[in-house]
Amino acid sequence: MNNHSDARMLLRTPFHSRIEPACELNCWGTWKGYTTPNAYTDVELEYFAIRSTTGVFDLSPMGKYRVIGPDAEAYLNRLVTRDVSKIREKRVGYTVWCDDDGQVLDDGTIFHLGPNDYRICAYARAIDWLLWSAMGFDVDIQEETADVAALAVQGPTSCSTLLAMGLDGLDQLKPFGIEYFAFEGTELMVSRTGFTGDLGYELWIDPSKAECLWDRLFEAGAPYLIKPFGTDALEMARVETGFLQAGVDFVPAEEAVRRGRSRSPFELGLDWLVDLEKPLFNGRRALLQEKAEGSRYRFAILDVEGNKPAHNSFILKNGKQVGTVTSAAWCPTAKTNVAFAQLQMPHGAVGEELVAEIYYQRELHWTKVLAPCKVLAAPVFDPPRRRQTPAVPF
Amino acid sequence: MTDYDVLLVGAGHNGMVCAHSLAKAGKKVLVLERMNHPGGCAHTREFAPGFSVSSCAQWLYQLSPSVMRDMQLEKHGLIFAARDLASVSLAEDGDHLVLKGTTLSGAGIGPEDQAAYIEFANKMQRFSKLMAKAFGVRAPKLVESNISDRMTLIKLGLGLKLLGKDDMSDLMRIVLINMYDVMEENFEHPRLKALLSLDGMLGSHMGPRSPNTVFGYLYRRIGEVFGFNGVAQLKGGLGALGESMAASCRSAGVEFRYGVAVAGINTHAGRATGVTLEGGEQINAGLVVSNADPVTTFERLVGYRNLETGVVRKVSNIRNKSGVAKLHLALSALPEFNGLAKDLVGNRLVIAPDMNYAERAFNAVKYHEYSEAPVLDISIPTVNDPGLAAADGQHVLSAIVQFAPYEPAGGWGDHRERFLDIILSQLERYAPGIRQLVLASELLTPQDLESEFGMTGGHWHHGELSMDQVMMMRPFAGANQYATPVDGLYLCGAGVHPGGGLMGLAGGNAAREIIGRGESA
Repeated sequence: MNNHSDARMLLRTPFHSRIEPACELNCWGTWKGYTTPNAYTDVELEYFAIRSTTGVFDLSPMGKYRVIGPDAEAYLNRLVTRDVSKIREKRVGYTVWCDDDGQVLDDGTIFHLGPNDYRICAYARAIDWLLWSAMGFDVDIQEETADVAALAVQGPTSCSTLLAMGLDGLDQLKPFGIEYFAFEGTELMVSRTGFTGDLGYELWIDPSKAECLWDRLFEAGAPYLIKPFGTDALEMARVETGFLQAGVDFVPAEEAVRRGRSRSPFELGLDWLVDLEKPLFNGRRALLQEKAEGSRYRFAILDVEGNKPAHNSFILKNGKQVGTVTSAAWCPTAKTNVAFAQLQMPHGAVGEELVAEIYYQRELHWTKVLAPCKVLAAPVFDPPRRRQTPAVPF
Repeated sequence: MTDYDVLLVGAGHNGMVCAHSLAKAGKKVLVLERMNHPGGCAHTREFAPGFSVSSCAQWLYQLSPSVMRDMQLEKHGLIFAARDLASVSLAEDGDHLVLKGTTLSGAGIGPEDQAAYIEFANKMQRFSKLMAKAFGVRAPKLVESNISDRMTLIKLGLGLKLLGKDDMSDLMRIVLINMYDVMEENFEHPRLKALLSLDGMLGSHMGPRSPNTVFGYLYRRIGEVFGFNGVAQLKGGLGALGESMAASCRSAGVEFRYGVAVAGINTHAGRATGVTLEGGEQINAGLVVSNADPVTTFERLVGYRNLETGVVRKVSNIRNKSGVAKLHLALSALPEFNGLAKDLVGNRLVIAPDMNYAERAFNAVKYHEYSEAPVLDISIPTVNDPGLAAADGQHVLSAIVQFAPYEPAGGWGDHRERFLDIILSQLERYAPGIRQLVLASELLTPQDLESEFGMTGGHWHHGELSMDQVMMMRPFAGANQYATPVDGLYLCGAGVHPGGGLMGLAGGNAAREIIGRGESA
C-alpha cells in the first residue's frame, strides 16, 4: 500500500526531496501521517502568491479511494448526499457523506474518471467506512492515497504556468472538469479544482514522476512568479473563500465521542449538497426528520469588526452566548476579518448582528474585545476568474 | 394499492403469534411460508418411511402460558404427550443421575448435593422470574426512553433491588461469568455439574467455560416461571404446535399461503411496500413483518444496498454462529441403555459425563471441526407418543448434538458419515447394540438446519443469546423495538427481544408494538 515508506514514523510525500530545500523556514507540521510544511518562507508572501501569481501546494496526503465496478454509481449514490448520476464523466463533484444519523463524516470530491470508475478524495481517512458501505454492491474499493501524487496549482497565473509547461488547451477546461495530458511517458491528470477559491488546478500523477513534475512546473512557472505554499497560507485562503475543513469546522461523526458534537450538512450550510429526492442514501432518514423538526445549529460566515481574528471566540447576542467560532482569519485580499461560526438556532440569519468575544494578549497581558459582527450572505472572496472559461490569461 | 394490511414473512411460531394478535386487532393478515406447512422450527416431518420426528426443536419447555391461552392452542388441537419429564444424565456403567423437578437421585447423589441443588435452583428461579418481567414487554430504549420504557426499567431495577442485597450482588456477579465456575462453586458431583451447565450452552456456540452461559442457563429456566417443570413432548411431535397455532390463526381470520418463498421485501424511499415472491409475483401491503432472522431479513430480503451503511455494519456483526447438529434415527426396537429402567427411557437423556468433556466437545468447533466426543441431548419421543414410528415396537431417536461446525474444512462431504459414525459409537457405549437397531438415519448439520429452516448460520435463536445481543441490543444496538430502519418493516422472530426457543413472546411483543403505534406503524 505505502510504496514510499521509510523507517520514520511520519511519512514523506513523493515531493519531499523538492519541498525540503524549498522549506527555508524548516517549519513542519503533520497531515494524516505525513510530514507537510506549515510554511516555506513567509505565510503572507505565500498567501499572496495564491492570490496574485501562482501558489503550489502538495496535497499528496489527501485520502484517495478508487471505486470501480458495475455498481460504482449506485454505491456512491447510497454513500453521499448528492445525486452522483449528475456528475458526468471527466467531471468532479463536491459532496459530503453522512452516517445513518445524518451527521457529516467528511466532505470531499468525487472524480468521475470513466465508465464505472470513480475516485473519492477526502480529508479524513475513510477506508473502513467505504468498505462497510460496499457490502451488497458489486464494486471494488481500493485506497490509493500513496499511489497518486498530487499538487494544487492555484492562482491567477496558474493557467499560464501550466500552458507554459506544455499542457496545451488547458485554458479550455471548465471548472470541475478533468483533462489528461501525456507527461514524461506517463499520464498527467489535471482537474480544475482547488481549495483556494481562485483560478486553479490540481495535478495528479504517478509518484515516480512526482519530482520531475515539480521541477518542470517550477521551471515553467518562474516567469509567473510561482511559489510553494504551506498549510498556514492555505488556511487564510480557504477561510477567505468560505471552505469548511473537516476536523476544524466540524468533527467527523465517526471521530466524535460525545453525543451531539457532530453536525448535519444542514448545520454546516451545505443544504445545497443534499438531494432528498434520492430514494436512499446514508443519513436520508435522519435528514428528513431534521428538515421537519428543525436543525440545532446554523453555520454562518461572520464579518467581524476590527482586524483581530476571532479565534475560538464565543459569539454573543444581547450578552448571551449563542455560538462559537470554528475558523477565523484576517483576509488580506478581501480586507475582511472573517470568522466561521456555529450558532444555535434561530441565530445566524443573513444580516443578523452579533458580538464576537475575542481574547488576545500582548506581552502576557490578556485583553478582551467585544467586536460587533454581522452574518454575511456569501464568502468574501469569489473572483470571476475562478469560473471563467477559457481561463483568463494573467 | 395494498392487498393486505400486513404481510407476515414466515409461518414460524413467533410469526403466527404475531399474525394472530394482529388479526384479532382487526388487521387483514397474509402469512407467506416457504415450506408447505406452518411451524418453522416447530415441525414434525417424516424422515424415513413411516417414521416421523420433530425435525428442528425436539422439546417444549418454555412456551409462554399467555400464548397458550390467547391462541387457545388446546382447543385447536394441541395435546401434550408428556409433561415435566426428568433429565437423566447417562452413565456408561448404568449408574444414572436423574433430575426430576428439583429432586436428584442415583449416581451416588448425597443429601448435601440435594440440599445444594434446592438452594441453587431456588435462587436461579428468583433470577429467572426477574428476567421474565422484562420478557413480556418490548425492550426499553436507554436514551430516548418514554414512560412505558421507563416503567420497564424501573420494574427491572426495583425487582433487582427486591432480590435483596445478597441475591442482587450474586446475580450481578454471576450473570456475565460462566457455568463452569458457578458449578464449581456450588456442587461436587461431576455429572450434576455437566448436566446443569449443558442448559447454559444448548443451541449456542459456547462451552461451559464461555462467558454468557449463566445467562443462557437463566434463559432456559424461564420455562419454570412459565409452568414447565422439565421438558415436555407434544402428541404428534412439535409440528402439533405449528399446526394448532395455524388453526388458531385461521379462526382469527389470518390467511396463509404455503410453498411460496419471498424473494425480496420491496422498499421505496425507505419504506416497505410489500414483497416479491420467487417467480415474480408482487404483493403489496401497508406493513411487512418478518419472522425470518435479522440477517436473512436485512441482507437477503431487503438487501444491504437498500439500507444505510451503519445498519449494514451492525447486521453483518450479529453473532450467529451455531454449533448444533440434529440426529434422527429410525429404530427397529427400543434401545436398551445400560442400567436404565424402562420407565425412564421416555425422559430427556443426556450424554455429558463432566464439564471438561463438554468443554472439549466445544473446543473442536472453535476450529471448524466436529467433536470427537460430542454432547448429546436425546429424546425417544415414541415412548410417549408411539404414533411417530412406523409400527408397534419400533422407535424414533432424536438428539441435539453439540458440537458441529457450520462447515468443516473441505465441506461436509464425507465428514457427514464420519460424524454420524462418531455419534453412533458414542451412543453404542451407553446403549450397546443400538447400531443394529438403526433402520434409517438422518444427520442435519448447521448448514442443513440453515437451508431447511432458513436460519442464518443454523442458529436456532436467530443469533447468539448473550448479553451483547439481548434486550435493547437485540438484534443490534440502537434497534428500534421491533421496528427496523425501513419504515413499515417489523421483525417478530427469535432475532428480536426476548429471543428464541419455543416461547412466543417475541411475536406477541412485536404485534403489541405494531398495534400500539397505530397509524404511524
